[in-house]
Amino acid sequence: MFLSMNWISDFVDFEGLDKLELIRRFSLSTAEVENEIFFKGSDISGIVVAEIKEVADHPESKKLHLLKVDAGDGKLTDVVCGAPNVRVGMKTAFAKIGAKIGEIEITPRALAGYTSYGMCCSEKEVGISDDNSGIMDLPYEIANGTDIKDVYEIDDIVFEVDNKSLTNRPDLWGHYGIAREFAALCGRPLKALDTIDLSEYNSLSSLDMKIEDKLCQRYSCLQVENITKAVSPVNMRIRLYYCGMRGINLLADLTNYLMLEMGQPMHAFDSRKVEKLRIKRFDAPFTFTTLDGVERNIDENTLMICNGDTPVAIAGIMGGLDSEIVEDTTKLTLESATFNAVSIRKSTVRLGHRTDASQRYEKCLDPEMTVPAIARFVKLLKDIDGGIQVTSSLTDEYAERYDDVTLSFDKKFVDRYTGIEIDNATIVKTLTSLGFGVELENDEFTVAVPSWRATKDVTIKADIIEEITRIYGYDNFDIHTTATPVYPVRPDEEKTLEDKIKDILVKRFSLHEEHSYVWMYHDECKALGIDIEDNIKLVNATNPNIETIRRSIVPTQLCQVKINTGFAPDFGIFEVGRVVEGLKADGLCNERKKLAVTLFSKTKTAEALYFELRDIVATVVGDIKHCELSYAKAEAVHSYQHPRNLNKIICKGVEIGEIGMIHPVINKKVDKKGLVVYAEIDVKTLSDIEADAIRYEEPSKFPGIDIDISFVSEKFAPIGEAVKAAECPLIKGMEVVDTYRDEVGQSITVRIYFAHPEKTLTKDEVMDVVNGIIDDLASKGIEMKK
Amino acid sequence: MESKIILVRDEFTAELEKAENSADLEAIRVKYLGKKGPVTELMKGMKDLTPDEKKAFGQKVNDLKSELTEKLTEKTKFLKEQEILKEIESMPEFDISMPAALGEGSYHPVTLVQRECERIFKTMGFAVEDYSEIVTDYECFEALNIPKHHPARDMQDTYYLENGQLLKSHTSAAQNAIYKKYKDALINDGVPIKAIFPGRCFRNEATDACHENTFFQMEGVMVDKDISISNLIYFMKTMLSEVFRKDLKVRLRPGFFPFVEPGFELDISCLICGGEGCPSCKHSGWLELCPCGMIHPEVLKAGGIDPDEYTGFAFGLGLTRLVMMKYGIKDIRDLNSGSLKTLTQFIDE
Repeated sequence: MFLSMNWISDFVDFEGLDKLELIRRFSLSTAEVENEIFFKGSDISGIVVAEIKEVADHPESKKLHLLKVDAGDGKLTDVVCGAPNVRVGMKTAFAKIGAKIGEIEITPRALAGYTSYGMCCSEKEVGISDDNSGIMDLPYEIANGTDIKDVYEIDDIVFEVDNKSLTNRPDLWGHYGIAREFAALCGRPLKALDTIDLSEYNSLSSLDMKIEDKLCQRYSCLQVENITKAVSPVNMRIRLYYCGMRGINLLADLTNYLMLEMGQPMHAFDSRKVEKLRIKRFDAPFTFTTLDGVERNIDENTLMICNGDTPVAIAGIMGGLDSEIVEDTTKLTLESATFNAVSIRKSTVRLGHRTDASQRYEKCLDPEMTVPAIARFVKLLKDIDGGIQVTSSLTDEYAERYDDVTLSFDKKFVDRYTGIEIDNATIVKTLTSLGFGVELENDEFTVAVPSWRATKDVTIKADIIEEITRIYGYDNFDIHTTATPVYPVRPDEEKTLEDKIKDILVKRFSLHEEHSYVWMYHDECKALGIDIEDNIKLVNATNPNIETIRRSIVPTQLCQVKINTGFAPDFGIFEVGRVVEGLKADGLCNERKKLAVTLFSKTKTAEALYFELRDIVATVVGDIKHCELSYAKAEAVHSYQHPRNLNKIICKGVEIGEIGMIHPVINKKVDKKGLVVYAEIDVKTLSDIEADAIRYEEPSKFPGIDIDISFVSEKFAPIGEAVKAAECPLIKGMEVVDTYRDEVGQSITVRIYFAHPEKTLTKDEVMDVVNGIIDDLASKGIEMKK
Repeated sequence: MESKIILVRDEFTAELEKAENSADLEAIRVKYLGKKGPVTELMKGMKDLTPDEKKAFGQKVNDLKSELTEKLTEKTKFLKEQEILKEIESMPEFDISMPAALGEGSYHPVTLVQRECERIFKTMGFAVEDYSEIVTDYECFEALNIPKHHPARDMQDTYYLENGQLLKSHTSAAQNAIYKKYKDALINDGVPIKAIFPGRCFRNEATDACHENTFFQMEGVMVDKDISISNLIYFMKTMLSEVFRKDLKVRLRPGFFPFVEPGFELDISCLICGGEGCPSCKHSGWLELCPCGMIHPEVLKAGGIDPDEYTGFAFGLGLTRLVMMKYGIKDIRDLNSGSLKTLTQFIDE
């Protein structure tokens, strides 16, 4: 919303004050002012009132005229002018030699063979409207040579307030409300609005008007006749133009002016079309043409202004084409009303049509404003067009009033909330200047909230704190720390776990942390051949590509690997992120936090890569929980899983996640040459597992013994499991020494290391255990190599 | 006999001259000083001499032996030095200016900045809380004094799910749960509530260089008996100065958020342009960084805390925006792009 300092100055005397500083303070105390401030008229100088004394046609041009003008300097000046409306005796705006219009400086200039010593100006050239159809036609009474800026309010400071910062302030949608803030900020009085006393028309008959729907809070109207003027005064049009509106005609301009001044939207009907005003909704949808000529679909929830049963306006949004003021209108009915804010907002959304009026109604306007707005309108109209006649009494139905709001609090409450000392006198002065009624007795305040703040904005004591402090100025606050006692802060275990995981993966394994989206990317997944598994969906995703929430981070990571295959021949990524594993019994999402790790390699064998990832997972868990992992074969259930190398990860008997290769079909789509393996772990499940204590065992001082055994088998050989199953306390370690594979099968050599805490071991002492392992494996078809 | 000594010496010297490696030297040692070598032969040949002659000649042979041994040692030493020199010569000189292959892992930049903020708040006695991404309408709106039809709901384009839950549109959605978690300690033991909760937030809007539908915020609350606006400003100023490691210019403006009263917009001078105006600050020189305010009494009530007895402040830091400012990231979409070219640059900590 654009605001004019001239307009605001109608209500507050800024004499001797720095207006720019006031605007800055307004921004810090009331609502955000946009960066750019417009100094209207600052680029115009040297334009005076001049009279056209002679007009001659240009001998060679049909458009141009040769003028002699009197610019009040005691001589006639030759001017070449192309405007169609020139006439002898006309007074106009004249830019003399040396005048400035924007970047242009006026100099003697040859035009079609004649020299022009100045330029007659249109309103557009002076910067006060878009009208460039002819030069300005000024009243004859103004003396020649008068600076145009002394005639009209061309110089002004205009600033823009972000509408969003006014959402909760219905009182700030007009200059008068803004002026109240400025008055409070500079400590000067706010002048009353100049109105007429409407009671003088009480003896006239009232209009036929009835509110038939609770969505209309108040409807006030008045009939006016005998309007003779059609064009609004220039100063009024300048203000409207500076505030972003265009002059239309006197009545339209006046309703707009009132809206920009008081924040009250108004509408003028042709009285012939609203003889029986009814405010109501209809039972069935219909179409209705608004005054902009657009046919709109109206449904049964939209409040309408009607003439009997004929709709004439969409309440609070826009008037109808059929009831607007036309050329032969002699009587007009002026509407000033308040409607339910939520209803207006919803209607606006349904219609897809937001207007200056609806924008204001959405904010909960003060119903007390409807009658003063009419009184102000009639006053302004009378000033412009003295012959108008009011031909009805004020007809006003006040269907729903807001409750009066009175708040009580004491000085201690203010002190406690602010943390600084603001004295009683300052509090009283601040609140009074903002229109609050204040009573103070023994540090006890009783505050009556003015109607324009009581529609929703100020309802509780804390709201009063805001009024006091924002005018006091947050920059003026003395700031200090709290005086609260100190208590130990216990870290959240899951959060700590997450941090540790990230550190291990980044610092020890050089993996890269990724962030991603919580939904499946349909297109990207489909391109990789990954099924979009059924899961809870977004109902209002604007993009169908993202509507399904993911069940696993793995598909996300495959998409991420896909875009990074050119980054390096080998890399690993991870993320701690959320997934939804369907719904819980209570219908809420089963949201889980997962750790997903994916390795990509163009150089390693599948087995090496798989074991690398297994070791990473084992290290993460081992470092944090001080225990070993075990694994169990898992069945592939997701499209991306490899049917063969897929294992459950088990920690202390609890399944915490899975590790697996990627299905070859999908893997090849990710990259033809690179291999991908993944692991996904449920963070909460892992977090809930109690960490083993670190158990210290004194290292044996006696030499141990290594036994190397080679096995041959045609298939998967669970040698590690067999060694573990032996449960021999003397076994201190095991490693794979050699692996050999060919078409027939594989040969694996392992070394088992035995040690005894109190003596040197001999081979004989461990052979029983070794043979047990060999027998165990033999029973599974895995033979020792002789 | 004398001439024989000279001959041996000359031959030895000539051969030693030709020796190129330790094998040659060993061969020479064996040839001249070995059991069958000429020195031994000379010793043996002395048996026919008189005792005086023996004495004189023996001395000479011994001198020869010492001389040969010494020369051999010298030559050995010389050759060893030559070998080392050769080894040094044959070693190529490395080009240290070649790029290092660090193979370092990387944190997501949000993690780095989040951790930094967490550290700062931990030092000030705040607990770090974790919260879900999918929340109920109650948590996200009702409990925050945003009833249905409240215009504030229009301000946030929320992603709704089929079951009526939603993707949290702001970290404030965790406030209610945090009050409920800590209120007993506050009321019974007088332990003030001091917590921050970083987390992912979602807005249903079109993305561009400045807008993302998925981003991070960090909310913070403090509740106790006499928490004031003055305290709020103190904490915001202190915290932001720590985060940016300099005394920042900050300003507070009234801001409307239903869950605080009074509510503020906290601005800091733009870190990219230094206040001169640039696209990332919409040419204003200021960056709207941090909505904050005194917790609305209804919000405290919904959390089981009596607003007549306790007051508190809350703030919401745009963590993602903080990341962009800190690292000079111009396009917010880079953060979720998954591109390792972007992400691997963040190897800090």
